[in-house]
Amino acid sequence: MNHKPLALKILDVVSIVLLVTAAYLAIVVAPTERVMGDVQRVFYFHIGTAWVALVGFVFTAGLSVIYLITKDLKWDRIQVAAIEVSVMFFLITIILGSIWARPAWNTWWTWDPRLTTAAVTELIYIAYFMLRQGIDDPNKRARFGAVYALIGGLSAPITFFAIRLFRTIHPVVIAGSNAAAEGNFSMTGDMLQAFFFALFAFTVIFIDLFWNRIRLGEVQEKVEEMKLKAAW
Amino acid sequence: MLFQETTPDTSGYMIAGFALTFLILAVYVASIYVRNRNLQQDMDMLAEIEEPAVKIKARSTGRAEKKKVKPGTKKGKK
Repeated sequence: MNHKPLALKILDVVSIVLLVTAAYLAIVVAPTERVMGDVQRVFYFHIGTAWVALVGFVFTAGLSVIYLITKDLKWDRIQVAAIEVSVMFFLITIILGSIWARPAWNTWWTWDPRLTTAAVTELIYIAYFMLRQGIDDPNKRARFGAVYALIGGLSAPITFFAIRLFRTIHPVVIAGSNAAAEGNFSMTGDMLQAFFFALFAFTVIFIDLFWNRIRLGEVQEKVEEMKLKAAW
Repeated sequence: MLFQETTPDTSGYMIAGFALTFLILAVYVASIYVRNRNLQQDMDMLAEIEEPAVKIKARSTGRAEKKKVKPGTKKGKK
């Protein structure tokens, strides 16, 4: 049995505390937005999860380059962990966006450039796992995965800049504005506090889950090695 | 929502949003835990299979070495 390091155990607890605190700041401390009402509060988690997921996708593109240079399977294991956690966070982003859109835009979903690029990004990374499952040879699987994630990494900046480059109804909250946007709002001091705390909290939670997932990958590799040995 | 006078009650959407966020995070953490537990079980089982296999292998190689030693000669002596 491989035991959890103390630092990871502490990070697990810190992550839970940060998540609860972020929820408290978003639900209790931040004021109610006058036009949208309480549903605007999901915005703090929507941005927090989007931030870690998109950074995670770009990070995996970097890991692809490292793997393709070194050919060390360790980097493949780290990449799989980063993509899995990012996909999970981006799923939350899309769901929260859809929940916010219902009262704000009067629809759960619309094929707006931002929503479309976000859905495509999520599907690209879900397909990454399907691609890997079809390849048995670990080296070939890692090579194909690295090239795929490297190209797929382009979808993250495209998603981020979609609301700045195209005419869209999605609000631009950070660095910029969009005349066509529906559901824009400006943040007060308490809102900014909840916003930045959520960004910080989800960054820590991402690191914690990422570390846990890397450890799972290590055990998976060990079991695969033992199975091969037993087969011989 | 543009020409409304009062703030609309959208608390139901907010509750659904936070509940789903916590649910997805909980399911993911549980999936890591379950996968890890299953792998540990596999590892223990494979270690159990490996142990007698190593013993049998050692025994069979020991017999083969004994067979190689010619009758009348003592092992280890010239």
